Amino acid sequence: MQLSRDELLSAYRTMRTIRMFEDRVNQEMSTGDVPGAVHLYAGQEASAVGICMHLNDSDRIASTHRGHGHCIAKGCDVNAMMAEIFGKANGICQGKGGSMHIADLDRGMMGANGIVGGGPPLICGAAMTAKYRKTGGVAVAFAGDGAFNQGTTQESLNLASIWRLPVIFAVEDNGFAEATSSDYAVAGDIVERAGAYGIPSERVDGLDFFAVHEAAAKAVARGRSGDGASVLHIKTPRYYGHFSGDADTYRTAEEKEAMRRDQDCLKRFRERVTEAALLDAVQLDQLDDEVAAAIDAAVDFARAGPLPESSEVATDVYLDY
Amino acid sequence: MARKSFRQALNEALRHEMARDDNVIVLGEDVCGGAGASGEQDAWGGAFGVTKGLLAEFGPERIMDTPITESAFIGAAAGAAMTGLRPVAEIMFVDFLGVCFDQIFNQAAKVRYMFGGKAVTPLVIRASFGAGARSASQHSQALYPLFTHIPGLKVVIPSNPYDAKGLLIEAIRDDDPVIFLENKMLYDSEGEVPDGAYTVPFGEAGILREGDDATIVALGRMTAVAETAAVRLANDGIDCTIIDPRTVSPLDEDTILDFVADTGRLVIVDEAYPRCGTAADISSIVAEKAFHDLKAPILKVTPPHAPVPYAPQLEEAFLPDTRDVEAAVRSVMEGA
Repeated sequence: MQLSRDELLSAYRTMRTIRMFEDRVNQEMSTGDVPGAVHLYAGQEASAVGICMHLNDSDRIASTHRGHGHCIAKGCDVNAMMAEIFGKANGICQGKGGSMHIADLDRGMMGANGIVGGGPPLICGAAMTAKYRKTGGVAVAFAGDGAFNQGTTQESLNLASIWRLPVIFAVEDNGFAEATSSDYAVAGDIVERAGAYGIPSERVDGLDFFAVHEAAAKAVARGRSGDGASVLHIKTPRYYGHFSGDADTYRTAEEKEAMRRDQDCLKRFRERVTEAALLDAVQLDQLDDEVAAAIDAAVDFARAGPLPESSEVATDVYLDY
Repeated sequence: MARKSFRQALNEALRHEMARDDNVIVLGEDVCGGAGASGEQDAWGGAFGVTKGLLAEFGPERIMDTPITESAFIGAAAGAAMTGLRPVAEIMFVDFLGVCFDQIFNQAAKVRYMFGGKAVTPLVIRASFGAGARSASQHSQALYPLFTHIPGLKVVIPSNPYDAKGLLIEAIRDDDPVIFLENKMLYDSEGEVPDGAYTVPFGEAGILREGDDATIVALGRMTAVAETAAVRLANDGIDCTIIDPRTVSPLDEDTILDFVADTGRLVIVDEAYPRCGTAADISSIVAEKAFHDLKAPILKVTPPHAPVPYAPQLEEAFLPDTRDVEAAVRSVMEGA
């Protein structure tokens, strides 16, 4: 699939935004000013961006505890996200959700999720709505290799298959469920498991934005045309530990170093587009600077944001009670 | 007004709302009963026949048999609600909610709050509950205290056909997630039910009887047990008020406190387990807010802290009955 120059720039900008956002959040964690835990998406950018580039605001996604990348790729405001992580009243959820519950329903972003496997059933529901109203919309359940073992995910695969729901299960296999490796914890093969439900499934190199983009194009087209669900098994690295601050001693230093050196979807993207003379390095460097400035601005926005009023503690529990 | 069964009242509520608003859909295990089979496609109409006939009237896009995967279809109902539909999901027995609790209490109940007030989740989950049908420990519980405990959920327990219809219509029109629990022993009970659509508001208790001596708060099927006891007590000159909260979340505290102020005596009859239960909750509210109105200790009439047994004589021993209520009221009246 041929991408326009603008699309390539947009993809790169979004991936770079995610990378810099996560590196910066990790840095801000060490200042002690971020009140809660964060799970960083760095290394996995090609997956979120390669998929979400096919979606519009009326398409829905459900995310995971490692959700910042999905949120950014789906168009959530980076300033408001950063403020949320800092627990501020100008956060995207007014400080009530934090990193694990960032959501923007107007952008079709149905929430990061603190429960592993929490999202797939919800996304079946979003797909039911799209199917019932015949909108041609699709719904994407991002889930990790850990979530793929959860009963909720397996039940959702079954439901999506029998009801031919326009769902894309994007299984981001970063090799670890918390500190336990997927080699140890995932029986059989994810693609074969999906196949057993009668769902077209494909393994995708998560380092290759273009591979993700192409596989997602097919899956999204299948959903939009009423042909039902798809599974993408996306192999991807996880640069940080399970959470920011995880000593991550279950991986050797050599392995982590090699991972960052050899498995970088942003580097690969740059090489590919510059070698093919689609974009030039100067342009990309300039974009990097712009993104860096935007992330600085997001942190400024978050730090300057007001703290929530204590009187808000019990508002928005119900619409009416 | 025609006499109708509790089951028929619920069925009418669903039909009114499905006809009024095509965003209302119904899904659950065997809500039609027969999907994909060679015979009748609406063979069951739900485990208790509540949804019978909806398939013929509204078609398979509006009412769907689900696989026995409660997490998937309850979560899907929540996701559909978040995206604009108004699903009514049926779980055969409230006991089965154990396998999909996360989707209810971590997802549906909390998205509005966690997302800073942005989500609207007009979801209704209907389930049968209650002992008395010889269904043993995993099909007989009254688990509403678990849901009452969770901020973000509303919990409804109708005690008669009129309320059942009005409360279900109210639940479907409500924009928050509602757990709607139907005592399975009441499905065949009858009462006056108007043919048209009407609502019974949440958080407003019903007053089934007024008397000056003692206040009885009773829920669901236990209201009838309390009424029988009250008639017998009245023969002995003890006049009871009976309050049916109708919804336990929100709870009409004011009505309970008003009558306690008048009578000074409170007996709470509830078939949920006693520990951290609804009776314990109401007891603590009254003890905190109306201690000085009380002329006697509050008494709770509940099952023991034990699972629901199978054998009829054990199940009878488990459930509160008229004699238990009578004895409790006589006890709070001692010295009067």
